[in-house]
Amino acid sequence: MTREEIALAPNMPKCWNPETKPHKFCPGCGHGLALKMLGEAIDELGIQDKVVFGCDIGCSLLSWDFFNLDSVQTHHGRTTPVITGIKRARPEIIGIAYMGDGGGYAIGAQHLVNSATRNEKVTAILINNTNYGMTGGQMAPTTLPGQKTETTPYGRDPEETGYPTLGPEMVASIAREGAYVARGSIANLRQLKKYLKKAIQNQIDGNGFSFVEVMSSCPTNWRTNAKETWSFVEKDMAEYFHVGEFRVPGQKEEK
Amino acid sequence: MSEKPVKGERRVFMTGNEVCAWAALAAEADIMYGYPITPQTDIMQYWTRLGPKFGRKFLQTEDEISAGFTTVGGVIAGKRAFSATTGPGNTLFQEPMSMAEMMRIPTVVIIPQRGGPSTATVIYSQQEVTMTTFGGNGEGFRIVYSTAGHQDLYDYTIKAFNTAWKYRFPTFVLGDGYQAKMREPLTIYDPAERGIKMVETEPLVGLPGTPGVDRPAQYLRNTYNTEEELYDVVMDIAKDYEKAAPEIIEWQDFDTDTEMDVLILAHGVVSRSAQGALPLLKDEGIRAGHFRPITLRPMPEEQMRRAAAKAKRILVVESAYGQFLKLVKQSLYGMDKPIDTLLRPGVGVTAEEIVDRIKEGR
Repeated sequence: MTREEIALAPNMPKCWNPETKPHKFCPGCGHGLALKMLGEAIDELGIQDKVVFGCDIGCSLLSWDFFNLDSVQTHHGRTTPVITGIKRARPEIIGIAYMGDGGGYAIGAQHLVNSATRNEKVTAILINNTNYGMTGGQMAPTTLPGQKTETTPYGRDPEETGYPTLGPEMVASIAREGAYVARGSIANLRQLKKYLKKAIQNQIDGNGFSFVEVMSSCPTNWRTNAKETWSFVEKDMAEYFHVGEFRVPGQKEEK
Repeated sequence: MSEKPVKGERRVFMTGNEVCAWAALAAEADIMYGYPITPQTDIMQYWTRLGPKFGRKFLQTEDEISAGFTTVGGVIAGKRAFSATTGPGNTLFQEPMSMAEMMRIPTVVIIPQRGGPSTATVIYSQQEVTMTTFGGNGEGFRIVYSTAGHQDLYDYTIKAFNTAWKYRFPTFVLGDGYQAKMREPLTIYDPAERGIKMVETEPLVGLPGTPGVDRPAQYLRNTYNTEEELYDVVMDIAKDYEKAAPEIIEWQDFDTDTEMDVLILAHGVVSRSAQGALPLLKDEGIRAGHFRPITLRPMPEEQMRRAAAKAKRILVVESAYGQFLKLVKQSLYGMDKPIDTLLRPGVGVTAEEIVDRIKEGR
């Protein structure tokens, strides 16, 4: 390679599939950052040959050919059971279920709850961007009170539509000994990668269910510029959704 | 390697659900995923008692949607995975089964039909024909065996695994609550001793080697960017399905070699009433024959038409309000044959009722 080519080579995780890059997420979308941290976590754990990656419907489905990992794209909300089925059949596989907030907290909520209850030895990663991105920005279970979306044009009214789902808090309260539960943010990638690595390691160790919610961005549907986007992630969302570890195996205290 | 669950041949007296569990064991099924619903539940009850003795696994899921999708997961991991459901559970199964249809995932599901619509009765019906053959948002690229009794349940449960894995279409064993709960004598056997070789399974994900290094990554998807891309995939599946259909279809016919006053068309357990009606009709001086499709999907259309051509009239009998009738009409399209019906949604049909219906005429 020439100096120029070396200088231009993007810094991609080894387990990414370079042939499907640049990826198809919107400019400013947080999925790319979350998937980069996931890629680095997989590289650092050296498990590219052991992972089966499952992705949901919605924007997360754009990751169906994202990695050089055996991958399966499923139906809306059904990635957790598909990965569970794989893991139960072949326990040596490291199963990662990647989904959005709709897939995990609405249409697939029963699967998240019951996988956590059964302490399935899989890793679920959920992107929280406070709306349904792929369908054009409707209210999600995670939409903030007062936030305007296509189905809450005057702002989300908690009286009518309830409050945003606190996923990791819910999972932590039902998951048992051995589970790992955390919430990270694209605003702190080093910490996010640490959480993702722990969530995968926890599966490798055979401890139990692992769940990481990632606070992410959706400037396309939020209709925000870069500054407003970061402000929404770092201030508005962070006020409601708290970053941290909610359950760590072997650790008595919870957050 | 654990020892074989069924050795040699054995005459037994069992319920249909017990038969299905033994058949799945004999067929070397690795894992069952399921959610309890009557009248199917005993299949998993027998499986959970017998399975562990032979190293087989089980997962009780949170609902039938999950049962279907975990079954899909087990199959793509390369295991001979199956499930069983019925009624409203079958309704929920349509989502995972449409995925299996499109992604060519060889799932096996046993369905002892119960009454409908909706929750209805837990006893008996033939009202899941439309849903099992053509359910989901798809084209019905499925294989459906309609069983008439316990020997069928054993034979076709074993066969379902081989058909599914050979042709890569979701395959169903469609029984009913009577067959599920009733006891009948039958012969259970080790498939190998009858020369039945189980088709090898293979993983679609979790292959050996590092993806992107030693081999390309496996990308299983059910999402397409353009209508034309989808069109090509569906047309390829249609071509495969139509090519396989003549090898898959199965049927039985009774007294259809000669001219008939009436040809009785019935499937599943109702076929036995039709068979029982034939000697009674003969005594009445009525020349009757019976054609029973064993596969409802794909349908043995030519064979049915050949039998129908020799009859003056057709009588369609089923424990549903015209679901099988619809498939018959589709198969006999263009033939100038009057069709009479005996439609008994959710209840059984006796041989005498069939005789009475024929004597009563149009």
